[in-house]
Amino acid sequence: MNTKVLVAPSPHVHSGDSIQKNMYGVVFAMLPALVFSFVYFGMGAIIVTLTAVASCYLFEFLISKYLLKKVPTITDGSALITGILLAFNVPANLPIWIILIGALVAIGIGKMTFGGLGNNVFNPALVGRVFLLISFPVQMTSWPKPLGFDTAYFDAQTGATPLALIKEGLKKGEPLSQLMHDVPGNMDLLMGNMGGSMGEVAGIALLLGLAYMLFKKIITWHIPVAVLGTVAVFSGILHMSNPEAYAGPLFHILTGGLLLGAIFMATDYVTSPMSNKGMIIYGIGIGLLTVIIRVFGAYPEGVSFAILIMNAFVPLINVYVKPKRFGEKRK
Amino acid sequence: MLKTFSLGGIHPAENKLSASSAIQVLPIPETVSIPISQHIGAPATPVVKKNDEVKVGQLIAKSSGFVSANIHSSVSGTVFKVDDIMDASGFRRTSIIIKVDGDEWMETIDRSEDLVKEISAGKEEIIKKIAEAGIVGLGGATFPAHVKLSVPPGKTAEVLIINAVECEPYLTSDHRVMLEKGDEVLVGTQILMKALGVDRAIVGIENNKPDAIAHLTKLAGNYKGIEICPLKTQYPQGGEKQLISATIKREIPSGALPIEVGAVVQNVGTALAVYEAVQKNKPLFERVATITGKSLKNPSNWKFRIGTPVKDLIDAAGGLPEDTGKIVGGGPMMGKALTTVDVPLTKGSSGLLLLPREEAVRKESKPCIRCGKCVSVCPMGLEPFLLMVLADKKAYERLESDAVMDCIECGSCSFTCPANRPLLDYIRLGKGKVGQIMRSRK
Repeated sequence: MNTKVLVAPSPHVHSGDSIQKNMYGVVFAMLPALVFSFVYFGMGAIIVTLTAVASCYLFEFLISKYLLKKVPTITDGSALITGILLAFNVPANLPIWIILIGALVAIGIGKMTFGGLGNNVFNPALVGRVFLLISFPVQMTSWPKPLGFDTAYFDAQTGATPLALIKEGLKKGEPLSQLMHDVPGNMDLLMGNMGGSMGEVAGIALLLGLAYMLFKKIITWHIPVAVLGTVAVFSGILHMSNPEAYAGPLFHILTGGLLLGAIFMATDYVTSPMSNKGMIIYGIGIGLLTVIIRVFGAYPEGVSFAILIMNAFVPLINVYVKPKRFGEKRK
Repeated sequence: MLKTFSLGGIHPAENKLSASSAIQVLPIPETVSIPISQHIGAPATPVVKKNDEVKVGQLIAKSSGFVSANIHSSVSGTVFKVDDIMDASGFRRTSIIIKVDGDEWMETIDRSEDLVKEISAGKEEIIKKIAEAGIVGLGGATFPAHVKLSVPPGKTAEVLIINAVECEPYLTSDHRVMLEKGDEVLVGTQILMKALGVDRAIVGIENNKPDAIAHLTKLAGNYKGIEICPLKTQYPQGGEKQLISATIKREIPSGALPIEVGAVVQNVGTALAVYEAVQKNKPLFERVATITGKSLKNPSNWKFRIGTPVKDLIDAAGGLPEDTGKIVGGGPMMGKALTTVDVPLTKGSSGLLLLPREEAVRKESKPCIRCGKCVSVCPMGLEPFLLMVLADKKAYERLESDAVMDCIECGSCSFTCPANRPLLDYIRLGKGKVGQIMRSRK
């Protein structure tokens, strides 16, 4: 026999799945929301997205090549996801220099300090976003109105998000039924016709992305369902206890960054638990914290903080929540 | 909803290229090399020496303990030598090499093709005959069949499960046996039922073999107590624990044997061998194997004499394709890669797969992205990503408490991993070490 053959342990075949396929699958699932953000916020959204993506790529390349002295692995698609998610999480009129700082924090502190893809504890895009929110509160909370390509990048007409409107109003003691007149209707909320971060507004587009990722088996249902279910139940209970003080479940789900967070950020492979049981616990935690921060906290929106806090619990969840073993007695 | 097992599982491309190719008889080679260790347990002791004349079916190596098996000559001729040669595992093992002369069978063997349905042998006699015939589990594990049939005191068998799942991609030998030897398989099943003293048998077949399901369902009407159970196609359903879970919804506890839940599992090929041993006095010296591969000229199924070189089987199917990159003894998920084609086919050879070079090369391993897919496909409910890290860090105590010994080495984790991580390689290393530690504790 002249043919040289390979010898290796089984299995001898592979599914063909790869990191790239999963990452670009997520990117594809984000496209509808990206298109909606361009439609609502025009040129600003395009500038913000391009800046965020390009700078994430650049910082990952520079850090891995010159600081970690490794062969840069930017082709795996994870920097692209971080870039798009960072853009999704900021207002569409954010100045370029602030985006650059956000990208540096996201990639540099959020991801590369831990050793790069697979090792980070916190969702990099959210690390960047929260850093910006605390450092530049004014720029990060001046939301341009969704006027399509009439939305100016500089000196845009701005307005409050529905969550901020409600929060302010309730603080002043106005009844909720009164305040709801100033908030767009549920249909407008679903379609994204409201102020907010550029990628979070179009609920319908985010749900489309969720359907695609579930269909392609990129993610499982556990985290999104646990997050949204918990928010619905918790806010529902509050709403029933006092309808004039607490907004209903549908309002909570369709406003702010909840859908974006539940679908694209809480589900990040690296920073979420490994077992299905763990994912559900993690999702419930995010849901509870989101509502607590929104209703009782100082900030009108709490999804980013909720996810980051639960990210910190993931190693603990992984140690204590084990999958059900075969042959184990059901208690 | 079709039945399947309780946890995890994958569905690799089936590639059953040889499913419609009827079983052919492989020509008898000029010499055969019959290893004395073709089963799990102690190697058999040779009872022939150089220049001895042997006939087909003659005992040439005797079982050397309870967990061991007799070995019979598969040809007639002269013993050329008893020597160490390399077998399919890559190790040098003692084999009996016989120069073939004609094809003279032992007179005791009934060579007629007539179906003998009447089971005259009693319970004890059946088990004795099966042990004498050297029958081992023909699904690939090669565990001596008589051991499983001897139910330990204090335990009772309630049901016999026939493993006709053939969940490995590419392999079709069990499929063909069911289509061509259906009655013999069912009589063999009844013999096994009698040996165990059970009145119920379930034949589990995956629904990617609808013709076998239809054929056996039709025949099973003539045999009391045998149910044909179609199963959803899902790997590794042929694993003993998975098959029991799929057919009777019982889970074997960690470390226990099937008898713990009242079940005994035998392969469908084993049932055929049992029929031949008990009804026809024929020891196990030939079996059916699949030779397959995408570039192979003629993927097909062959009945071969044990000890035939692997090369003969490849040549019968059109020769080794130019682009062969890996020769796998068995299926692609659990088979073993061979280093050469000059090794003998044995009792455990259920198939031979020739993989093209581009499929044989593993892709580069990337960092774990913690997607959890290995956890969700593990049929034993383990955490392969974690076991790999623990094995790498030599954390053997943690490995043991995280149930590494429950791993059935099905390879679903490595198959699925998007980062191409060699999960099972590391888990095997860990298992070896933990096993050693556990034994030294006794």
